[in-house]
Amino acid sequence: MRILVTGLGTFWGSRLAQALEALDDVEVIVGLDTDEPRLPLERTEFVRADSDYSILQRIVKATRVDTILHTHLLVDSTEHGTRRMHEVNVIGTMNLLAAAGAAGSTVRKLIVKSSTLIYGAGKRDPYFFREEMERTTPPRTEVERSLLETSAFVRDFAVDNPHVIVTKLRFCNVLGDDISSPFSKALRLPIVPEIMGFDPRLQFIHEDDITRALVFATQNDVPGVFNVAGRGTMPWSEVCRVVGKRRVPLPPVLTNWAAEPLRMARVVDLPPEVLDLLRYGRVVDTRAFRRAGFEYQYTTAATVNAFARSLRLEGVIGDNNPSYRYQRDVETFFRHSPAVHREGS
Amino acid sequence: MTPPADDPTAPEAERRPGVLEVEEAEILDLGPAEAATPTRALVRVPPRVTRELPDPEPPDREIRFGDVDPWGRSERMRSLARRLYDPLYRYWFRVEWEGLENIPVDGGALLVSNHAAAIPSDAPAIMHGIETELGRPVYGLAEYLFRDLPGVGTLWARAGGVTAHPDNAYRLLKEDQQLVLVFPEGTKGTGKLYKDRYRLARFGRGGFVEIAMRAGVPIIPIAVVGAEESMPILFKSRRLANLTGMPYFPVTANMLMMGPLGLVAYLPAKFRIRVLPPMHFDVDPDQERYSRARVMDAAESIRGTIQDALYDMLRTRRSTWW
Repeated sequence: MRILVTGLGTFWGSRLAQALEALDDVEVIVGLDTDEPRLPLERTEFVRADSDYSILQRIVKATRVDTILHTHLLVDSTEHGTRRMHEVNVIGTMNLLAAAGAAGSTVRKLIVKSSTLIYGAGKRDPYFFREEMERTTPPRTEVERSLLETSAFVRDFAVDNPHVIVTKLRFCNVLGDDISSPFSKALRLPIVPEIMGFDPRLQFIHEDDITRALVFATQNDVPGVFNVAGRGTMPWSEVCRVVGKRRVPLPPVLTNWAAEPLRMARVVDLPPEVLDLLRYGRVVDTRAFRRAGFEYQYTTAATVNAFARSLRLEGVIGDNNPSYRYQRDVETFFRHSPAVHREGS
Repeated sequence: MTPPADDPTAPEAERRPGVLEVEEAEILDLGPAEAATPTRALVRVPPRVTRELPDPEPPDREIRFGDVDPWGRSERMRSLARRLYDPLYRYWFRVEWEGLENIPVDGGALLVSNHAAAIPSDAPAIMHGIETELGRPVYGLAEYLFRDLPGVGTLWARAGGVTAHPDNAYRLLKEDQQLVLVFPEGTKGTGKLYKDRYRLARFGRGGFVEIAMRAGVPIIPIAVVGAEESMPILFKSRRLANLTGMPYFPVTANMLMMGPLGLVAYLPAKFRIRVLPPMHFDVDPDQERYSRARVMDAAESIRGTIQDALYDMLRTRRSTWW
């Protein structure tokens, strides 16, 4: 297998590349991003490139990749502006799919890491979203709009390229030691925000299961759209209890305005799509992916518990994130210098 | 009155067709009822049975604090609510049941009832009665409105309230095999004036019948007498309803008699609840669509059954209060 991973500079991109390096039948891993990898990688080739069409097309052609893992969809609007989100999600995906579908392309499999944000959260929602269901509220934020647009591109690509196996994975909110999301940030606060009178049902997925799901889709042929979320649900109040935090209520009306001072004071950033989640919650049906053969390691409750444990450790020893800095010269030396003895060569 | 014990002679398979007996149904010859379905193809197409296993809660009970299920219902909260509501049920409304044996002790069933009182008093009474007598949970379908109310919405969900989305009803009935209570009249039932009491409003668009057909579960009609008098509406203000965004803005007899307390306090009307025999549908579950005529026929006949039962119960009722 020759694999192209987009978004190598994000945490999952790097985690995923690490997992792929461990597979025997993976010959080549090429990683694209504008940021450097966050974790040490052995044989992944990092290309610092943005999502320009001509560059992507040349890379796809030159490396003769057969599998593209498109993990570079930004879903955390607290870290990226709307402009960048549009650029990366919409334009980036458009160019990538164009490159993958160009004449003479060797791509036979496309795996897209999307988000359950695409379903939105509203009072008219079904309690369990299945993959074929549509959102009931119009998208209000750029992250939701760009994900919907991206989803349409991928659908078109699948229709235009029937010889390519297209898998779209929609992940729910992530919790884990290393990953940062609006929820993990909120749960790290001394007092955790909630919306007064609302206690939504939520689902979480552990960061390990995300990597495993992407690797599973790489190794098996599972065309289609799949929700990926830890089994079971947990109300927000219980999540806070497990993590051992007290809650502070935001007013149920004009919540957005109430969240604004918190945002400006840099206490916590609660964008509209997160506030909707804290009000109505969202639960997806995860059976399709399990039926396809994927086995989760963590349920929603187990994910929250694992996160609580890592927070406790963090409380004692401080930031326990692995520190790693990518150094181009060193990486190039190890990969390409004749002085380095490489096994099997 | 204590309800009669469950009739042990009723065979289980008869009560719950179409759920586990799919293979048999496919082999069986076409019954006479098939001819009544105008949209059925001449060549028998096997039903689109997804044969999904139910999705039970994962076994992480020991690492959880709460017991809120995927539907937002909490048995602990529910039993607390039952303890608080029990005096009202027993001594205020003095609820009497009839035909409780018509409710199956397991398997999914859609309970369909008439709906009344400005703040509906029938739903808690029905749910409380079944949960205490049969020991199985009842999920009540209601307006989306509830999900938007701070505080109330959460309590409502913990007590077994679920918004009336068709997919929610289908999942509860078919996959979770639960009892689901629905009021097809909706706010037309609760918002009707005292002079229109016990006259059933339109039964929606028959969506509840279609869900029961799709889920392959029986519909159990329930007639409730007493709820109408517990909080009767004398006038309604359309302007205030529009202003507040409520489905109706009532002036109730309770308000006139008790003042502000009347906003929430019920009159002590005597409740009589009659459970009617289950109605089974002779159609395959999990079809894409069902004949409109068939659905409307069934909805009308259920409405008629409940209406007749109500008239019958009113005929024998000596007093509203005793």
